[in-house]
Amino acid sequence: MVQEMAHPFSKYLRAEMMPHIWCTGCGNGVVLNCFTHALDELQLDLDRLVIVSGIGCIGRTAGYVKADSFHTTHGRALAFATGVKLANPELEVVVISGDGDLFAIGGNHFIHAARRNIGIKVLCANNLNYGMTGGQQGPTTPLEAVTTTSPYGNIEHPFNLVHLAAASGATYVARWTTLHVRRLTQSLKRMLQKKGFCFIEVLSPCPEIYGRYNKMSSGLEMMGWFKKASVVDSFSDPSKADITPEKIAVGEFVDIEKLSFERMLHEKISQINEKAMDKVS
Amino acid sequence: MPKVKNLLTGAHFMNGDVASAEGALVAGCRFFAGYPITPATEIAEHLSERMPELGGIYIQMEDEIASIAAVIGASYSGLKAMTATSGPGFSLMQENIGLAAMTEAPCVIVDVMRAGPSTGQPTMPGQQDVMQAKWGSHGDYGIIAVTPSSVQEMFDLTVEAFNLSETYRVPALLMADEIVGHMWEKVVIPPIEKMSVVNRKKPNVPPDQYKPFMPDDNLVPPMACFGEGYHFHATGLTHNESGYPRTSSSEAQTKLVNRLCEKIQKNADRIIKVQEIMLDDADIAVVAYGIVARAALSAIRKARENGIKAGLLRLITLWPFPENYVAKAAQHVRGIVVPEMNCGQMVREVERAAKETRVTFLSKLGEEPHTPQEILEAIRRVA
Repeated sequence: MVQEMAHPFSKYLRAEMMPHIWCTGCGNGVVLNCFTHALDELQLDLDRLVIVSGIGCIGRTAGYVKADSFHTTHGRALAFATGVKLANPELEVVVISGDGDLFAIGGNHFIHAARRNIGIKVLCANNLNYGMTGGQQGPTTPLEAVTTTSPYGNIEHPFNLVHLAAASGATYVARWTTLHVRRLTQSLKRMLQKKGFCFIEVLSPCPEIYGRYNKMSSGLEMMGWFKKASVVDSFSDPSKADITPEKIAVGEFVDIEKLSFERMLHEKISQINEKAMDKVS
Repeated sequence: MPKVKNLLTGAHFMNGDVASAEGALVAGCRFFAGYPITPATEIAEHLSERMPELGGIYIQMEDEIASIAAVIGASYSGLKAMTATSGPGFSLMQENIGLAAMTEAPCVIVDVMRAGPSTGQPTMPGQQDVMQAKWGSHGDYGIIAVTPSSVQEMFDLTVEAFNLSETYRVPALLMADEIVGHMWEKVVIPPIEKMSVVNRKKPNVPPDQYKPFMPDDNLVPPMACFGEGYHFHATGLTHNESGYPRTSSSEAQTKLVNRLCEKIQKNADRIIKVQEIMLDDADIAVVAYGIVARAALSAIRKARENGIKAGLLRLITLWPFPENYVAKAAQHVRGIVVPEMNCGQMVREVERAAKETRVTFLSKLGEEPHTPQEILEAIRRVA
């Protein structure tokens, strides 16, 4: 008799939400897998975990992880998460969202969350385009890449996300691709143990849409590009880490300590509250 | 846990914005996120000082979109939360007011209305956002909006807005105007133990049986918060009672959206508040709200001195619209006068409820609201 076996990570996933919506060859499953492995290796208290996402393919991750989770409006995950974290600083608030969500429509929220150094952990799956709406050009689309809205080749300069995050004040910044599963998992563990604003970018292949338009129509071909172009160059200058067809600089770029916003805020609140109570009594 | 002894009580002289801020504190609000905007800035300024005294959180966000998003997040973390703004900020907030309605996040939004559209006249009063209050975000949803006519009501109705938002898990809007916001008047604050403060209903089932959007008898689902061990999911997508997306089921869409509307409509009698003044024997009714209702009150008194039986129906609740009160008045009056500081917004609702009874609209835009004399003249024309 064949005994039905539970998936070793079923503790972390909502079975009722399966099958997931992601295409064949998509890297988002790898991102989710690395994330759950990091949770498992750290034995993180799931009662304390809140997953917040915006809109897009990777945004559905919030619904797949068996923790408190909220799938916000497009671009607003970080603003929502700011309220969550300040109202209950004991919570481990992780924003998992895409490049379009976090850096186009949500770009302003990103730079301000990083500037405040609020202890929110951001995991960005960068697929170089708007996958869910069918592959439009976005803020990370490489120059000359063809998308459904850049049919003649993209002429907008893309963001270098690790540079942006570092310049905005993040205390931990890393970039990996879905090829780097072990390093990504280690990096996620590092991020979950830090206090301030943290950012990990993962290049996640979108072969069905982005790949098809750019001569990499299978997951394997996109992974081939990651393999060929990736250079581990940890703690190198993030301003020189632009993604090009020839080179994808990966690694940890920033790992510093800085008092978190919520700690500063709550310390101040405690002092003022005590003083106000003295005044009353 | 921060201590909360120092809530204001007794009689105070303050402006409307400050009264609203103090009302929020009494209602148990411990999270404010906002962005500076005339004429609502005093609410943020006052709460930046007062929130920490009570152990609460004040944060200035990067814009109004972020402010309301943070408020919804704080609400889901278990705090009563509020933001305050004016027309341009209210427009930016509409996106996430829809999210709050869809995910049934209790929260309060104060709109100290100024003159629009666009940047308009920032320091001048208006009542131009009252339809936006109901219809501002896309899609259908229920909402509650109340509107103060005095500084005392800035306090009272902020408390009321919190109580309603907690009861019905809905964004509650305080639709004030620049005059009520900036005016200084006496406010009497009862001791906290004499105030009615409502908190959201919590689930009484274990986490494995909890369905975050399974409504109770009053169509409102009990609310678990983050960190309480329920491991629930909430989304702005159409969802089932378990909170999971159902993006192609017409049954799920029909059931959810109808409930979001009906939890307000079917509880309308419990929600709606109006003030009826000399309306029983009136031949002419004035339907007014906000600062304009004060001029209307003078006008109906003057009309009575002049032998015209006029009465006032003052709307305290704007949404759900008190249509039964309008319909009742319409049955025995010859005409209804509706003065508003806009080009004709709530008057459309009055017309709908008044059916055959003639409704006369009186618009006023700019620096001053209607004078009692202007409303009196309209009453005379109708009488």
